[in-house]
Amino acid sequence: MAVVFNKTQGLTEKEFHYCPGCTHGIIHRITAEVLEELGVLGDAIGVAPVGCSVLAYDYFNCDMNEAAHGRAPAVATGIKRALPDKVVFTYQGDGDLASIGAAEVVHAAHRGEKITTIFVNNAIYGMTGGQMAPTTLVGQKATTAPYGRDESLCGQPLKVSEMLATINGAAFVERVAVDTPANIRKAKKAIKKAFECQLEGKGYAIVEVLSTCPTNWGMTPVDAISWLQENMMPYYPMGNLRNPWEVE
Amino acid sequence: MAKVLMKGNEAVGAAAIKAGCKYFFGYPITPQNEVPEYMSKELPKIGGSFVQAESEVAAINMVYGAAGAGVRVMTSSSSPGIALKQEGISYIAGAELPCVIVNMMRGGPGLGSIQSSQSDYFQATRGGGNGDYRTLVYAPANVQELVDYTMKAFDMADYYRNPVLVLGDGMIGQMMEPIEFKETEKMDLPEKDWATTGTKGARKPNIVNSLRLQAPELEALNQKIEAKYMEMEEKEVIYESYKLEDAEIVFVAYGTVSRITKNAIDLLEQEGIKAGLIRPITLWPFPNKAFAEIPATAKALMSVEMSQGGQMIDDVKIANEGRLPIGFYGRSGGMVPAPQAIVEAAKELLGGVK
Repeated sequence: MAVVFNKTQGLTEKEFHYCPGCTHGIIHRITAEVLEELGVLGDAIGVAPVGCSVLAYDYFNCDMNEAAHGRAPAVATGIKRALPDKVVFTYQGDGDLASIGAAEVVHAAHRGEKITTIFVNNAIYGMTGGQMAPTTLVGQKATTAPYGRDESLCGQPLKVSEMLATINGAAFVERVAVDTPANIRKAKKAIKKAFECQLEGKGYAIVEVLSTCPTNWGMTPVDAISWLQENMMPYYPMGNLRNPWEVE
Repeated sequence: MAKVLMKGNEAVGAAAIKAGCKYFFGYPITPQNEVPEYMSKELPKIGGSFVQAESEVAAINMVYGAAGAGVRVMTSSSSPGIALKQEGISYIAGAELPCVIVNMMRGGPGLGSIQSSQSDYFQATRGGGNGDYRTLVYAPANVQELVDYTMKAFDMADYYRNPVLVLGDGMIGQMMEPIEFKETEKMDLPEKDWATTGTKGARKPNIVNSLRLQAPELEALNQKIEAKYMEMEEKEVIYESYKLEDAEIVFVAYGTVSRITKNAIDLLEQEGIKAGLIRPITLWPFPNKAFAEIPATAKALMSVEMSQGGQMIDDVKIANEGRLPIGFYGRSGGMVPAPQAIVEAAKELLGGVK
């Protein structure tokens, strides 16, 4: 019998704790596959801070650091400066990266740290139970925005990738989604480029992945995908925002 | 090796490099700016790395990353900046990582002043971060000690896999004194086989982490690190006792103020009053055992600090176990006690207890 699919060596045998329909599992898998395909698993050091993916150290089959909320780009900076030949990545959610860790991500990009960030944007705080994030859409309900996000009080959702694309030290910025098999393939391609960018020493690279949170959105997994397509994608358009080195 | 004249803040950087530290992450704050300035000049020459972080919060997390990667790493700051680093220090203790943190204390609370102070004793010895952790705290009284204990701090950090704090103040940081970089004995230190350096496919992944979601696992971690703290209390206490013999009054003072207190002891001697000093060099663990050396002639203790109302005095009370009356003399906000003022306070205390 022909083998058509093998689980990547980039993941451990540990079963994911993620909720049914959550897309973290897909993003973990494609990130791990990229590390394996690039042959850098043995040189990879990951950093996962507070959030749903705080237990990522149990899943990625490489050296891992758990970091304080928002601080992953600073921790990754320390690792990369100490071990410049290693492949260092952060895996962060939107509450973590866009709110408490906004300064750390901006300055890691600003310094052009040769690290790669996988930024999972599901427009909500998942782990703590569905609170409003800087990325929550206007009108979207959250446990700390029970009447829906009020633009007059909370502003419009932060477009992190557009913001980082204004920074010269950012060598690669792309927004992708994992809502369809075709988009998953595109997302994997972008993640691969973001790691190649690091391997070539070009600078900071980030891939924002639009993701779902059926549990905290109060939807079935199928409805959550539809909601993402109808509401998140128009506000957070997909595509490359910065690639001055034309990493292919 | 010949003596060289160096400013405290530069000497601490030179000592760190001498101890094998090639990585420094800092943020500007007076009165310690010469530490990052010195490191930014010297580290590139030896293939190391200096990063001026975007904040103290980021700097200590860079330290976390580099320490987890198994290298010798240091950061420095002054009081309000150390307050910002407390989150990271707690994580570093929880993840059992070695690093050295220098605090050149200035006046507080809040933005306070930029002058010398000792009002961060609680922050240093109680820990401003969350959780059951301790940091070994060295309190040098001069630039030579600053050099010696900074070098020792790296060995202790590696041995215990715990952050070590070097607690100076604005005066020690800014003052120039002749110093010598002594050749020290190499400590037998364990391999850093826990560091995240990439598996190379040759071992299971290493994980640097302070998270233990299961209560029994977190309790087990706390028991493990507490065992280290008990070992430190047994083995790492350092103090100086000065002219304790026949003393009527025993001062307790550390760092800069201990030098001023020694002047006060000389002045009291000229007036026929015998005074002595216990000088804690490790603030944590506190030298409780030094108090056993206090002679029967002693009528009172006096804690002398650059702090309003005193902070170390709480530890003096614990060590004294209710035996002798305890007085206090202190100045704060960047004001430095004069020897004569300490003399007057001591005479007043002795007058009251006679």
